[in-house]
Amino acid sequence: MEQIIVNGLYLGAQYALIALGLTLIFSLMNVLNFAHGQMYVLGGFVTYTAVAQFKLPFVIGLVLSAVVLAVVGGLVEKYLFRPVIKKSRREESTMLLAAGIAFFLDAVILLVFGEKQRGIPKIIDGVFNWDFIIVMPYDRIVIGVIAILIIAAFILFMQYSRAGRAMRALAQDKVAATLMGVAVDRYSMLGFALGAALAGLVGGLLVTITGINLGMGGPASIKAFMMIMIGGAGVISGAIAGGFILGMMESVGLTVLSEYGDITYLVIFASLMVFLSLRPQGLMGKPWG
Amino acid sequence: MKKRHFLKTTLMASLASLAFSQAAVAANPVLKIGFVGVTSGPAASWGISNQRSMETRAAWINETGGVKIGGTTYNVEIVAFDDQKDPKRAIAGMEKMAQEGIHYVVGPNVDDGAAAVRPVAEQKGIMYFPYAFPKSLYTKPASNAVLGMVANYQSGPAIYSYMMKNKGVKSVAFVAANESDPLSQRDGGVAAAKALGLKVTSSNVTYQVDTTDFTPVLLPVLKTRPDLLVLSGVSPANAPQLIRSARELGYKGLISTETAQDANVLKEGAGDLANGFVSVGGASTPQLASDMMREFVKRYTKMFGEYNDESNTKVYALEYILETLKANPKGMKDVAVFQKTMDTFEAPNPYMVGDAKLKYVGMSSFGQKRQVSVPLVVNVYNGGKFETLFVAQVD
Repeated sequence: MEQIIVNGLYLGAQYALIALGLTLIFSLMNVLNFAHGQMYVLGGFVTYTAVAQFKLPFVIGLVLSAVVLAVVGGLVEKYLFRPVIKKSRREESTMLLAAGIAFFLDAVILLVFGEKQRGIPKIIDGVFNWDFIIVMPYDRIVIGVIAILIIAAFILFMQYSRAGRAMRALAQDKVAATLMGVAVDRYSMLGFALGAALAGLVGGLLVTITGINLGMGGPASIKAFMMIMIGGAGVISGAIAGGFILGMMESVGLTVLSEYGDITYLVIFASLMVFLSLRPQGLMGKPWG
Repeated sequence: MKKRHFLKTTLMASLASLAFSQAAVAANPVLKIGFVGVTSGPAASWGISNQRSMETRAAWINETGGVKIGGTTYNVEIVAFDDQKDPKRAIAGMEKMAQEGIHYVVGPNVDDGAAAVRPVAEQKGIMYFPYAFPKSLYTKPASNAVLGMVANYQSGPAIYSYMMKNKGVKSVAFVAANESDPLSQRDGGVAAAKALGLKVTSSNVTYQVDTTDFTPVLLPVLKTRPDLLVLSGVSPANAPQLIRSARELGYKGLISTETAQDANVLKEGAGDLANGFVSVGGASTPQLASDMMREFVKRYTKMFGEYNDESNTKVYALEYILETLKANPKGMKDVAVFQKTMDTFEAPNPYMVGDAKLKYVGMSSFGQKRQVSVPLVVNVYNGGKFETLFVAQVD
């Protein structure tokens, strides 16, 4: 049981980090960013290139992933989403745009980084082994702790910084925030850049554990959507809760249900359907949107 | 005025050079060969190694004047279609090939795709060379599929026997992705292991292909303490993670798979933890490779930047198609003639040293010659590269 909990916490920390960026973008702009998974993959490849190709330290690779993805996110918001949101009254326009960006990024990643699975060496060797009750490689512990620290830093930034307060105001009521003098365009771009940077950071963090490949974007997006549906779309604390709940469900399911075949996600999806029929706004979402 | 004259001259010159270059290219008629397979997603490297092998070989043939079939010299053009590992798209891809008048197609790469395209291929007169293992594709009444590699039910028993004799393996556990190919390979592996007298300690644990942490997946498998852990049908993307998780959980036994892997991917993803990992390799080794194989590797690397060991196998399909057509040019338009030619076809194998032959096999497994003959090379990974463990031949 101890091992299941530790696995669940580790998975939950990385999932929560993926979901945070997605929910931030949704809360600010009401955009379902289907390209979030591809941004995560791009972040992984940036760290891979920095560390494996240019022999830079892992931390530099991680910072580069965040910076590159922030720039990509900022540009995507300014030149793609902003004009579409201003010109189109139909919500599906942004969804189509997001899906288009996902395909575009897939193609770019294939051209630039190739089709192969990529990975970088472990950042720390060795395995923590408590009498085979809890077995966890040190690098996973470090990555899990870094993920939790990034989540904490993100919460503090959103809570106490001027930009964070502005973005929260925008998320709560765009019209009121505009009337109070919040620069909508600037903070929307900052929010999108921050959300993309978080995706890039997760990609960079996990490239040392799971490696990265072209096909990981779509499934990552699906899991991120599941997490924000569980926690409540557009709510920061909901994304974190959703991430940890999904991580724990996956860990428990894979261990307890293993003898029945691969039914863990079947059970998770079935549970999610029942849960959403009872509480469509998720755990912490508001019923009115 | 001068500017206008300059633009006019430039335009005329461009058009003239374009027409001239097209005339040069069009000097030979074109023989189109199709590829329908997966070139995106986690299994992309399987299909991309196919497509790139074909494109490398086609460019090489065209550069050296084309391929002569029945008195006519053709340039080879590869028409590729990404089926995204989706059977519905594979069918669409095969339909596209039929619309383009293509009679010879390499792929698909996976079981369900290969099974899905069978009616289209048989109805439209297309011979196809899948990298998929269901026997029903190659046994009568099926007629148009030719297995492009060694199947897991051929390589599995060879690997397990080797492990039993040389490593003292007595028990085995299987883990597979929850997809049709890995699951059918697992079932074939379990049957082969039981037939050899191995004790199967676990075979029902599966995982999603997008799993990011394999620790919870492997825990129940490794608790059964097998001597050998078989990663059935594992994709190159998942193999390093599974190996790494198993070793980090303290597993000291042997690990193997019947699918081809990439040494560089293993090195990056699992490092020295992958040492001792046994897999089926591309159909060549430094000892087996001819000068032509070395030249192919050189050209592939020049065209695409990085070679893929799987292409040692994937290079063969196009060669078999062209050489069989050379042996009987009437097969260009009539696949029934091609099928008849397959029964007696034999040609020198340009990719291997010695007197190795290109010939169709499969009588033992399928009751008809519906498999290309390529050497079964079993590799062991050590220190960043594969070493040949043993080489065998499939009848």
